[in-house]
Amino acid sequence: MPQNYIPIFIFIAVVGILIPITLLAAKLVRPDNPNRAKLSPYECGVDPIGASRGRYTVRYYIVAILFVVFDVETIFLFPWAVKFKALGMFGLIEMLIFLAILVVGYVWVWQKGALDWV
Amino acid sequence: MLDYITSYLSSNTTPGQAGNVFWALVYIMVVFGGVSVAVMAMNWLERKALAHFQIRLGPMRVGPHGLLQPIADAIKLLTKEDIVPSEADKFVFWLAPLIILCASFTVYIVVPFGPTHAITDLNIGILFMLGVSSLSVLGVVMAGWASNSHYPLIGALRSSAQMISYEVAMGLAVVSAILMTSLNATGTGTLSMIGIVQAQQSQQMWFLFKFFPLGFIAFGIFAIAMVAETNRAPFDLPEAESELTAGFHTEYSGLRWSLFMLGEYAAMIAVSSIAVTLWVGGWMRPFPNWLTGETWDLVFSLIPGFLFLGLAFIAFIGVARMPKHPYFRVQTIGLAGFGAVLGLIGLVLFAPPVRDRIQDIFWFCAKVAVFMYLYIWYRATFPRYRFDQLMRVGWKVLLPVSIGVLILTAIMGVLF
Repeated sequence: MPQNYIPIFIFIAVVGILIPITLLAAKLVRPDNPNRAKLSPYECGVDPIGASRGRYTVRYYIVAILFVVFDVETIFLFPWAVKFKALGMFGLIEMLIFLAILVVGYVWVWQKGALDWV
Repeated sequence: MLDYITSYLSSNTTPGQAGNVFWALVYIMVVFGGVSVAVMAMNWLERKALAHFQIRLGPMRVGPHGLLQPIADAIKLLTKEDIVPSEADKFVFWLAPLIILCASFTVYIVVPFGPTHAITDLNIGILFMLGVSSLSVLGVVMAGWASNSHYPLIGALRSSAQMISYEVAMGLAVVSAILMTSLNATGTGTLSMIGIVQAQQSQQMWFLFKFFPLGFIAFGIFAIAMVAETNRAPFDLPEAESELTAGFHTEYSGLRWSLFMLGEYAAMIAVSSIAVTLWVGGWMRPFPNWLTGETWDLVFSLIPGFLFLGLAFIAFIGVARMPKHPYFRVQTIGLAGFGAVLGLIGLVLFAPPVRDRIQDIFWFCAKVAVFMYLYIWYRATFPRYRFDQLMRVGWKVLLPVSIGVLILTAIMGVLF
């Protein structure tokens, strides 16, 4: 029912009012005297070396890609799970085929070493 | 006015279902306040419990037994200077904590504190919860990126990789619980949070014990994944202070840092309430099938009142054991007042109308509280994982096990 979703917008409105008020209140009471050392990036007191947005390992991308694959799979499983008993054996076999295809991909990824974090 | 309130409270729809904007607003304010207070209490409890695990006393100075410590912390954080690093992307830096806070608070819209005590009952409840709570990854990445500093960036990358890795196993574990809701005469399950608890009620079994040990394993996977999802010990690598100072929120200070903390604790309570709803029977009281009848109903409905009276009793013992020095007079009076308030709440909870209405909320909160204590216990007990071990557990152990559990549950569901 659509009216069930109205509280979400009320909630967002409440959060959207409350948090700026808190931030504003904090702005009124807190001290504000910045200096150069305070505003420099935190590096345990040492001057930062090199650009902070440097290179990082490609494995984070692999994890992100794998996440998309498996999360979409999970989303596909939800409708089936809701109608599970009604679909019965047909649904089960259908889903087993779907999962089997995915497991083949999973095993391949495992063999390729994409899941290893050296 | 009073008639209106009582008639509303005795109705059996959630405000969202009735399309009643005013009551929805009231419920939202109550939940908002309640969660904030719960976070403060959790903060105190965590410091105190961790201290006792390590044979320390923990906060003792601010108020009796440090009870006012979270309030003192809040005031301190509010009046602290807010430093935005000169290199930072100002707008994104400002937005990140808000996103985390919104993501972890919006989830409470569908949390079923009782059959009618939810802000609203979405028919996609659990999907909504999973989806919105995973939005906090965005906030983490934004915080790390906008800080433009080494530690936050590495912390944010680690944190996001960890959160998305464990989300897969978490989702699959949830699917196997949803699957159990469809094992009824009509053959149709539900994604609604209230519906899931009602399914457990009608199947006369917590899903934890369904198809033993399959429900148990699914629950275990969720319990591990939810700790990783909220970046808590032993999976608190993003905030590994020995290597990354504080992870993605290294550059945050003052109130904005406290928003991160608020978001983190709110998210912990939120995922615990998902676990409680899906596997541990939500608002149902213990043993609804074994211990039936008027007497047992009465006994279980008296427990909340007795719990608060017990807490009041402990507070009064504390008053009696307080040193008799004038220096402690204010603390003694404070603790006595606290005990009196607790005792008063306990007495109010004995009143029959309150007792009947509050039961569901009490049992739900009690179950969530057990999970919150487990979080503290984990933190005190387990050493921190290494990052490659963490990813290995997520992808090579939890994921295959959760797929296996899902398939076995489906086969069991079709056969029996």
